[in-house]
Amino acid sequence: MDYVLLTEQFLNGFQLGIILFLMAAGLTLVFGIMDLVNLAHGSMFMIGAFVGGTIALLTDSFILGVILMIPAMLVIGMAVEMTTLRTLYPRDHLDQVLATFGLILFFNEAVRLIWGPEGLVVPLPAFLDGTVELGLGITYPVYRIVIIAIGLAVALGLYILVGKTRIGMLIRAGASNRTMAGALGVNIPKLFSIVFGIGAVLAGLAGLIITPITQAQIGMGEDVLILAFVVIVIGGIGSIRGAFIASIVTGVIDTMGRSFLDQLLLLFLPANAAESAGPALSSMLIYILMAAILFFRPQGLFPPKGAGA
Amino acid sequence: MNMRAELRNPATIFALLVMALFATGPFLMPALDEPFYVIVFARIMVWGIAAISLNLIMGYGGMISFGHAVYLGIGGYTVGILAFHGVTDGWTQLAVAVFGSAFIAFVFGAISLRTRGVYFIMITLALAQMIFFLSVSAERYGSDDGLNILSRSDFGVGFFDLEDQMTMYYTIFAVLLLALLVSWRIVGSRFGNVIRAAKSNETRVQAVGVATYRYRLTAFVIAGVMCGIAGLLQANLERFVSPDMMSWPRSGELIFMVVLGGMSTIFGPVTGAFVYLMVSDFLAEWTIHWHIVFGPLLVLVVLFARGGIAGLLDRKPARE
Repeated sequence: MDYVLLTEQFLNGFQLGIILFLMAAGLTLVFGIMDLVNLAHGSMFMIGAFVGGTIALLTDSFILGVILMIPAMLVIGMAVEMTTLRTLYPRDHLDQVLATFGLILFFNEAVRLIWGPEGLVVPLPAFLDGTVELGLGITYPVYRIVIIAIGLAVALGLYILVGKTRIGMLIRAGASNRTMAGALGVNIPKLFSIVFGIGAVLAGLAGLIITPITQAQIGMGEDVLILAFVVIVIGGIGSIRGAFIASIVTGVIDTMGRSFLDQLLLLFLPANAAESAGPALSSMLIYILMAAILFFRPQGLFPPKGAGA
Repeated sequence: MNMRAELRNPATIFALLVMALFATGPFLMPALDEPFYVIVFARIMVWGIAAISLNLIMGYGGMISFGHAVYLGIGGYTVGILAFHGVTDGWTQLAVAVFGSAFIAFVFGAISLRTRGVYFIMITLALAQMIFFLSVSAERYGSDDGLNILSRSDFGVGFFDLEDQMTMYYTIFAVLLLALLVSWRIVGSRFGNVIRAAKSNETRVQAVGVATYRYRLTAFVIAGVMCGIAGLLQANLERFVSPDMMSWPRSGELIFMVVLGGMSTIFGPVTGAFVYLMVSDFLAEWTIHWHIVFGPLLVLVVLFARGGIAGLLDRKPARE
């Protein structure tokens, strides 16, 4: 277990955490503010990857794909909110789960009809395709560092948006007391559409920036969605700060567990037992972590204060 | 609602028609030159049993488990793994399936019932996902590809041989009747009253001195075991188990069947499973892209058909 591999895997885990954060931030905002469970958030991840990837292939510029994906996802997200999700706000969580489950089926099939069943391969632009020397003999792919940087920038941007701007103030007001904010003249439906649009852009961005590594596939958002659920449950629903910390922790533990757990087990288990228990246990690791955290703190690590959820 | 009013209720009449169809299926469908539907009915009945078990906790108890299909997987993999190691004795398989799903339901219930609302939904989903990934990583038992089951459960009774398709069919039918009976008896009992009361106002039930947590956990375990038995039947019927049978879309479908049929009604889960699977069958026959119609159809049902089929047929809304 040398430090080079350890650092690499730590960075990989951090990068997975960043992707999870981009998903979880939108999910937790939408839930905290609108009290809406949205399974179709995973579809936004997928649509962002396909739409942005297609633009990148057509224009031959990945950067342009990312830039043009943002308004596209904003429009798609707000359209979904206005046509379907808006009617679900007064409903119970069960109806929300079911209706957004229906949306997943629809979006998966729509993507299959438009792009075919094979998915989409989006190559990495040449200038991002390389490795960089981090010192101490550690080299790391440039692109993964770019992902981490984008994620950190988005986290900072969200922090400023929610904490320091007027729209952020309205979002926080809507989260802590929807009715009162509405009575004081905040256009709640418009605010909800905007928040949902922002969430869709973040999910789409996550899907698109991961595509050069994994390629865009139908249903690609669903596993990430469930991990993002774990993240926001650990972090405390409605809390962006909680989502950030829980994302990084989940990403790092999951990745490190997958690469080192079998070696760790070797310390006290016979080789063949460790070899078979390692993969099984590492795939369960974050769920065990979640169960443990919930056992001691049923509201998650950072339950938001005064949120109307 | 008294028995006579229940029998005049159109939803009950529809449910009884469905049950009559199941009862006569192996004779009626070949006579109508549609023998394929016999196996379809058998599948629907297994889903019906699983949906009945979910209705116990979700419909009556308000516990929205988004990971209920995991018990199908546990029951199924019990048969698969035991048969893989040469243990085909039905009683052993049944005992392991019952204790296995009871144990998992106890642990998962103990964790998730500490939480409420949307946390509960997400935690049941995540815990089920854990077992799902465990089955995916089990290379010895086929990982993603699943496991073929060469011989069905052998209960060692001469005339009762599950290898015979007709016996298999009517065993499932009998278990379905049993599940309906159990759910009817539970709902009407004191235990059932506590579960239902805890759904509408838990604080009040606790205030009169009932430890609701234990009752809810017990209900959760009963539902898990019933669904585990459905999994055992499904594995026997299909002669195949795979992680897909406990993937999260299966849990979503189970919830949908219950809601579609009408939550908190005895027959609702069965009619829900029937309509859900028949509609998906017809659509799938019509086009391979049937999800493009089916998805929005689900959304429309949620938005406009509150109370499900029972609510549509009955003018009074079935939802509390």
